[in-house]
Amino acid sequence: MSEVVKKFMYLNRKAPYGTIYAWESLEVVLIGAAFDQEVNLMFIDDGVYQLVKGQDTTGIGMKNFSPTYRTLGDYEVKNIYVDADSLAARGLTQDDLVAIAYEDMDTEEEIENIVEVVDAARVTELMDEADVVFSF
Amino acid sequence: MPIVVDGKTFETDEEGYLANINDWVPGVASVMAKEDDLELTEEHWDIINFLREYYEEYQIAPAVRVLTKAVGKKLGKDKGNSKYLYGLFPYGPAKQACRYAGLPKPTGCV
Repeated sequence: MSEVVKKFMYLNRKAPYGTIYAWESLEVVLIGAAFDQEVNLMFIDDGVYQLVKGQDTTGIGMKNFSPTYRTLGDYEVKNIYVDADSLAARGLTQDDLVAIAYEDMDTEEEIENIVEVVDAARVTELMDEADVVFSF
Repeated sequence: MPIVVDGKTFETDEEGYLANINDWVPGVASVMAKEDDLELTEEHWDIINFLREYYEEYQIAPAVRVLTKAVGKKLGKDKGNSKYLYGLFPYGPAKQACRYAGLPKPTGCV
């Protein structure tokens, strides 16, 4: 296994399906995580819609990839953040979002939901801490 | 190269993965395994069926370490390790088992 080289922050700013950004970001995240990078995800602006529960894409003929976010825990992604202001501005709360579970196979420690809603100050802090920021 | 199962032809991509996951029948796995000179046992089928359920739930073919972790959770720790899984699928448990299961090539596999 390779060493953790850098702290990656993936910013997700766009609604799913209208453009390819959300899916592309998810694929890059899954690949990065599979290569043992430290992966952080931030959902901000319309990007918060990516995590909304109960998506149905039958009417638009596209693959509904929202269930795939729930595998992020299996991919050892532990840091998933949602911007509180973006949620509030769209009339959403954490209850409208999917829960992503994480289990540490060594310690058998289980976290029911690693999705964390954070305020603007924390968003800034998290972006500062990252070595690399990808904006999708 | 398309594969033929019970007289029916199934389209595959250039790497041998089924073109349409919904076409899959268990015979696909048997025929693919035969081409690899592999006899499918109940243990193989456990993993193949597990992968199909995983895809159904998460819409993704898991990378190998994710598969290992998930198998450990679902089928027990004695099966959730690389040694066991590579023993069953020598060409790489995620790649080979996903192919047999009709899934696309796992995301994050090179």
